[in-house]
Amino acid sequence: MLTMKNKLLLLAASLATAVQVLGGSITIKGSDTMVVLAQKWAEAYMQKTPGAKVQVTGGGSGIGFAALQNGQTDLATASRPIKAKETENCIKSFGKRPTEYKVALDGITIYVNPVNTVTQLTVDELEGIYTGKIKNWKDVGGPDIPITVYSRENSSGTYEFFKEHVLKGKDFAASAQTQQGTAGVVQAVMKDKGGIGYGGVGYASGVNRLKIAKTKGGTYFEPSEEAVLAESYPLWRYLYIYVNPAVNTGEVSSLLKWIRSDEGQKLVSEASYYPLPASLRAK
Amino acid sequence: MTEETPEQRGVDRDWSGIRRSANGRPLEWIAEKMIQGVSFTAIAGVFLIFLFVGKEAFPVILSQTDSRLIQPIIPASQMATTPPEVLQRYLGLSVREFKALDQETLKDLMQAREDGSKDIPEYARSDPDSGVNGSGWSYLLTPHQWSGYDRPQYIWQPVGNIQKFNIIPLFVGSLKTTLIGLFFAVPLALAAALYVSQLAPVRVKEWVKPGIEMLAGIPSVVVGAFALLVLATWLQSLFHYEVRLNAFVAGIALGFAVIPLVFSIAEDALTSVPKSYVQAALAVGASRWQAARDIVLPAAIPGVFAAVVLGFGRAIGETMIVLIVCSAPVMSWNLFDSARSITTTIAAEMGELVPGSPHYRILFMLGTILFAVTFLTNLLGDFVINRLKRRLEGKR
Repeated sequence: MLTMKNKLLLLAASLATAVQVLGGSITIKGSDTMVVLAQKWAEAYMQKTPGAKVQVTGGGSGIGFAALQNGQTDLATASRPIKAKETENCIKSFGKRPTEYKVALDGITIYVNPVNTVTQLTVDELEGIYTGKIKNWKDVGGPDIPITVYSRENSSGTYEFFKEHVLKGKDFAASAQTQQGTAGVVQAVMKDKGGIGYGGVGYASGVNRLKIAKTKGGTYFEPSEEAVLAESYPLWRYLYIYVNPAVNTGEVSSLLKWIRSDEGQKLVSEASYYPLPASLRAK
Repeated sequence: MTEETPEQRGVDRDWSGIRRSANGRPLEWIAEKMIQGVSFTAIAGVFLIFLFVGKEAFPVILSQTDSRLIQPIIPASQMATTPPEVLQRYLGLSVREFKALDQETLKDLMQAREDGSKDIPEYARSDPDSGVNGSGWSYLLTPHQWSGYDRPQYIWQPVGNIQKFNIIPLFVGSLKTTLIGLFFAVPLALAAALYVSQLAPVRVKEWVKPGIEMLAGIPSVVVGAFALLVLATWLQSLFHYEVRLNAFVAGIALGFAVIPLVFSIAEDALTSVPKSYVQAALAVGASRWQAARDIVLPAAIPGVFAAVVLGFGRAIGETMIVLIVCSAPVMSWNLFDSARSITTTIAAEMGELVPGSPHYRILFMLGTILFAVTFLTNLLGDFVINRLKRRLEGKR
């Protein structure tokens, strides 16, 4: 039988190993949009390189930047570029600006209820709908149903993207109903005849996807890979990974390089985002 | 001969004259002190949490935060000619932090600030509101006519180039959902408590009581999801209102969370009314229902009131249900419009914030206010309960 002292020693030893394992692993933290993608990368990378350990957590792009600044994570994923204030905080804490890597592309998709006959909108019409100026579907060539606007929580990177690129800085209508995740938006639009929502392309099941044109009279595009890569679909964005230049060595830097290689980019399509064009990939 | 007092003898004697001092029972003394310590830790814990939250909120309360879009910029090239104190204040550093950074890092920091101001898009820069500090008290509480609006409005739009932090819609949202929840839950819960404790046959009671109390075991996430997917559709087909997810649905769902709490406390209070009261009432010819309504309920009123006060605390503090069901910060007292409660706002927005930013501090201030509101309600509740008790006991 173990004596008390031995038990304590054993506990200490196991704690020490646990700490060691944590010390040897790479952590990725940040954007909720990118959790699934980062998880896929982590799994494939760990399979490919024996001994490598990659841990992935979400929380939001802002959380990722905060963790990067405190040194709690090696890589921060983000669905929006870093803000000036966050850059400043990083400089304050580790003396350098974090290095930015574009790692994938995303097309923001507009969802409507399947009974809605509207199939296409311009960016201006979207702005009108989301700021509350257009209140009925008949104003954009649809049935006589009042529009219910669904949006994401304002902590989401997608929300900020939409506010900046579609609403051009204007406020969302106060009646826009916010949902916690893209799945919530899709769920709500599915249940609501007059509903409209936005989110990632991979989530659009049970709802219709709209074609979007930059201006009235322009060509309407589906958020397909070709349209996003050619920048003809108006609502697209990059997804990023940020890293402290001081830790961008050894295993971390080879993981980053692998993510941007052809092999890593193949997983991007599997997570229903769009891979980087060849010019941005790592050689 | 004079009688020795207990202190003179160094021994505590209670009214019965038996020695019960620490000297006699050291273990009991230790246990007692430990329990005492734990109870004080709880009070200290509440106090410390309040202190922590209050500390983060302090700059807002003193109007020291600045959420203006266009801030004065000192170009990095002028670093050498700027006095260090000005530089330190400009970069928002403490004296120690400032001393710890070398010149190159400082310059980079200034450059980052300068670049940040250049990144502001033109449409926002030329906005007449770009110099407005939305985190001042007048903007927090009174309506303001922002550019692009045709009249002064209460607006909570904390994310974006021009941040709008009016907290009134959030208070309206919290009140709306809480009151609907209470109006739905309290009558149901009290009626159920009265029935179970006074009128129900034992067999029925054995089923109903655990049944209602089991409601308390349902996590609020599940209640919220149920409301989002099922309840909202039912209620819409029943009342035919326009907005599917609104304060009314959230309030009813909140009610489900409040019912078991109010029920079990009220039921305990009603059950603890001495049986002799009912027997006396029945003996003089009252029906069971009259005895329950006119004798038991008034006798148990302090406990029943306590149940309602706790129910209010639960409803106003509940986050998840309202967060899932509705969260649009509409300034409207219409029950069938959407609403966004204070707790929802804190939970949904806290994660993405730069610590120390005006938005971050305002969320902490909302937390402080919420804390104060629940504290005052409980205090007031206690006061009323005490008065009711005294009246029941015949002391005025």
